[in-house]
Amino acid sequence: MNTTYVPADYLPILIQMGLALGFIVTTMLVTHAIGPKRHSVKKDDPFECGIPVQGDARTPISIKYFLIAILFVLFDVEVIFLYPWAVNFKGLGMTGFIEMVLFMGLLLAGFFYIIRKGVLKWE
Amino acid sequence: MALPILLTKGLIILVIFGISLLIATYSTYAERKVAAFLQDRIGPNRAGPWGLLQPIADAGKLFFKEDFIPSQASKWLFILGPSLAMFTALMSSAVIPFGDSIRFAWDNVNYDVNVQGIEINIGVLYIFGVVSLGVYGVMVGGWASNNKFSLLGAIRAASQNISYEIALGLSMIAILMMTGSLSVRQIVNEQATFFEWNVFTQPLGFIIFLTCSFAECNRTPFDLPECETELVGGYHTEYSSMKLGLYLFSEYINMFVSSAFISALYFGGFHYPFMNEVNGALEKSMGAVTGHNLATAIGFLVFFGKILFFIFFFMWVRWTLPRFRYDQLMNLGWKIFIPLSILNVVVTGAGLLYDFKYSSWLIVVVMTVLAVMSQAKAPKQQVVPQRTV
Repeated sequence: MNTTYVPADYLPILIQMGLALGFIVTTMLVTHAIGPKRHSVKKDDPFECGIPVQGDARTPISIKYFLIAILFVLFDVEVIFLYPWAVNFKGLGMTGFIEMVLFMGLLLAGFFYIIRKGVLKWE
Repeated sequence: MALPILLTKGLIILVIFGISLLIATYSTYAERKVAAFLQDRIGPNRAGPWGLLQPIADAGKLFFKEDFIPSQASKWLFILGPSLAMFTALMSSAVIPFGDSIRFAWDNVNYDVNVQGIEINIGVLYIFGVVSLGVYGVMVGGWASNNKFSLLGAIRAASQNISYEIALGLSMIAILMMTGSLSVRQIVNEQATFFEWNVFTQPLGFIIFLTCSFAECNRTPFDLPECETELVGGYHTEYSSMKLGLYLFSEYINMFVSSAFISALYFGGFHYPFMNEVNGALEKSMGAVTGHNLATAIGFLVFFGKILFFIFFFMWVRWTLPRFRYDQLMNLGWKIFIPLSILNVVVTGAGLLYDFKYSSWLIVVVMTVLAVMSQAKAPKQQVVPQRTV
């Protein structure tokens, strides 16, 4: 398998990117150009099941969602740590395995802690 | 890169791009037909023979609808949302190997070009990177609408996607351990013989991966971001015309890409039983060039058969399972899938140290036994509908 790459090898990605961008821009322009445009005060309001709009939608929201986001950052970084280990698993053998079991044990300990703290409790 | 290779690559990318758009378009038709079949109805049958022109009529209608932007929305973000969603969906198919290789002669030199957008040794990371960018499309669109339903739907979608992404990443690690490579083509090539398909060596990983990709695609039973009983339309409540179309379209393309990814990772990609014998016979009877290309074409078709099966499976599940409640969704993602996939990594690793690939079955067997035992032990009782205050 090829292990060394020069920038030119990534040209196909650019081709795909060009195609994707071209498709999206064309679609956006065409749909903007050929549709009708009618404005009125009531119609321009955000949809709110037929009642008058109450304030701005961008109000503070439940802290739970932010906690989930922060936990995601923590755990996703751990997952990324596992990837290089997994790729080299056969070379590292028993030593690497024991080390990673320790690592995952610590990870699960933290995981257990946040569950006991009630971070993932939804009511 | 030599010019003939680059030209062929461009052609392959164009064809795959076209096919993925075509499949996404006809998925909308297939979805309605499958729904009709499962509910004993007829489904779309007016536009063209058997309603086959229905998706084209739908797209045409969406183009001619008013391209509406609410006055309180952030205009550019409002446009950026669906564009981002579509862009990430279209980019993610670049590293999936759709077939073996095309062989051709140019100036008396034989070239073998992979039927794949690009073969890189970080293919899996590429897909994860691009797919996780998809959250931005939903989030930006929901935020820009400045509508309460949109914002709630977007936040739900974002927290659901990131929750299931962890389990998705973890469930794949066992495969990487067996293959020792992040290249999707390498993973596919490791599954050349039928009983080495990863679905047989990694049953638990497969189930977790499949469920998580349902959640990543916002498909039922995980379609809470678009839960119409609570959120009107979810993050695309304010969208109309082809902007809405792009959101819906990107969902179907994501479905296609994740079906392709599942088939490549767990179902041997373009491999099928007795492939080597067929390829050998073809190359012997029709010459190294034509025979090889024909064999590639068969593999390509087999791969698409697998993809179409999974797309059908996505639709089948949609009309079989009811939607989860939000706390059930989060509990499943965090408290069940993450510990289970870590356990899967450990057990698979322990097995691999002794050159035993099938150790993941141990967890499946133990879990089945436990489930049966708990069912047998539980006293039979009437189901009383519970109500929490």
